Amino acid sequence: MCGIAGLIHRNKSSNVGSELQGMLQALKHRGEDSTGYALYGDTDGKNFIARIKIGENVGEGSSSVAEDVSVYDERKKVVDDCIKELGAKIVKEERILPYSLRYEIEYNKKDLLEFSQKIESIPGVEILSMGKSLEVIKDLGNAKMVCERYNLDKLVGTHAIGHARMATESGVDIKSAHPFWGYPFSDVSVVHNGQLTNYWNNRRVLENKGMRFMSECDSELIAVYLAEKMRSGATLEEGMKESLSGLDGVFTYFVATKNSLGMAKDTMAAKPLVLYESDDLVAMGSEEIAIRSVLPQEIDTYDPFDGEVKVWQI
Amino acid sequence: MANLKDVTKKTKAQEMGMHTEVLTGRTQQKFFNPDEAENFYYFGTYDVDFNKRTDLDVKDMTAAEANKKIDGLMSEGYGTIVIKNPQGKHSLGVGILNKLNLIFEGSLGYFGIGSCDGPVVRINGRVGWSCAENLMAGKVVIEKNAGSCFGAAIRGGDLICKGSVGARTGIDMKGGTIIIGGDAGAFTGFMMQRGRIIILGDVGINLGDSMYDGTIFIGGEIGSYGSDAVPSELTKSDQDWLKRKLKVAEIGANFDVSKMTKVVAGKKLWNYDNLEPTEKKGAI
Repeated sequence: MCGIAGLIHRNKSSNVGSELQGMLQALKHRGEDSTGYALYGDTDGKNFIARIKIGENVGEGSSSVAEDVSVYDERKKVVDDCIKELGAKIVKEERILPYSLRYEIEYNKKDLLEFSQKIESIPGVEILSMGKSLEVIKDLGNAKMVCERYNLDKLVGTHAIGHARMATESGVDIKSAHPFWGYPFSDVSVVHNGQLTNYWNNRRVLENKGMRFMSECDSELIAVYLAEKMRSGATLEEGMKESLSGLDGVFTYFVATKNSLGMAKDTMAAKPLVLYESDDLVAMGSEEIAIRSVLPQEIDTYDPFDGEVKVWQI
Repeated sequence: MANLKDVTKKTKAQEMGMHTEVLTGRTQQKFFNPDEAENFYYFGTYDVDFNKRTDLDVKDMTAAEANKKIDGLMSEGYGTIVIKNPQGKHSLGVGILNKLNLIFEGSLGYFGIGSCDGPVVRINGRVGWSCAENLMAGKVVIEKNAGSCFGAAIRGGDLICKGSVGARTGIDMKGGTIIIGGDAGAFTGFMMQRGRIIILGDVGINLGDSMYDGTIFIGGEIGSYGSDAVPSELTKSDQDWLKRKLKVAEIGANFDVSKMTKVVAGKKLWNYDNLEPTEKKGAI
């Protein structure tokens, strides 16, 4: 089933970590195999923030193979060396969990492709996100559990998207959890509710064009599809509109960039979405109760129609 | 072995002129017998007084607790119940097989007012997916917007949304009337089998796709027709009915019904006829 939620504050910052946690926790009955957050925090914009996974959560319910923590330590050393070789400087580092790294990196190149390819060439290492504002945090369990594990409730920012996952098409692991980073574009993230039926056809085409897939989750295709469109010169909104015919199946998905938040709904309108829009705030989710967690008062909401694409700026 | 001669004996309903069809071939038709009218009742229904009114705040209740409380109030004779703080909860007001005035002061989540027979419900807010699914009789009025699958598989009653609705409105409906003041999404009237849908605004793609029977009236633009749905002549009788229905629904007061598009099924299914439950009630 899965549930998605997102919100964007216009002209102000708010405690988006806590707000998104409330929205996703309200949707936990739609799936709590894993939960993911893409948070756009307030930063000075000088350094990149990289969320890097050097192993999997092998706790209860996980479909991953257990590894010794010493393997993670070895991988971290290789990652650190690799970052230096790339001419980047680690300004700040946090190891929140044995398998999860958060780095603030001074890196002067705009194109993150070389950086990403080099880091991800290390076996068992995946960049969950990279950007000047974006931080993707995803792990097994419901929204509250993940929020507490990574101390997300204090994060202040402008917008966020998230996902509560019931694993159907691929494993219960972090690599298949949403959001997906729009690799290798800085600050692009995607969450999706639905099933894509032309996943393999699209994947083969995109891989032939040099795009990278890290999981076998059909939802990752949306992030890669949009990234490829943007690499070809399309705007985010143009890419989203093309996806309505390029992607087959049923879907409602959200995309976020450093300054914007967008939604797209397939032409069958088979997946739910409820939307609230005001001058100050846009909040949306698979069910109204997600929106109610941030706006408990009576509000006007609506369901976007089939084939609808909308993008909001901060 | 059954006495085949008995089959030719007229039932009381046939004697009253209610059934004149001569059915051939395979049929599952089963006639209502007025002699057994007294045996038709719902277990657990109550005599209620519409003037006996109470409020129920469901803010801190689960849907099951709230529905049980509504049932308890009906058993005490309350005929008008106002629900406070529904806050988008799912499955509120379901399974009411009673005459009742039920008012929601706020919005409902998914599957609200499902499987009801008889209540008059007003929702001063919006509703999520699958509102009033399987409605048998009664009236449900939504003051704002509604989600997809609005009025799925209803068999009777009036279902009115003053705002816009999502996709697949009236999917699989088998009777009753759905009235929408705004726009409707794709696949409106998908596989509808009987009943009427009125949309005053625009409607999305694949209107009436795979419909067997029934009628759809559209006031605005049609995205596209679905398979088996075809436009039909809007008669004077249709217009009179539309005016009456909109008036009763307190919607579209000045709407020009003469410009509506009437859509019906392009195909007729073989031996597709049966009495609706509402007609059965009328025969009692």
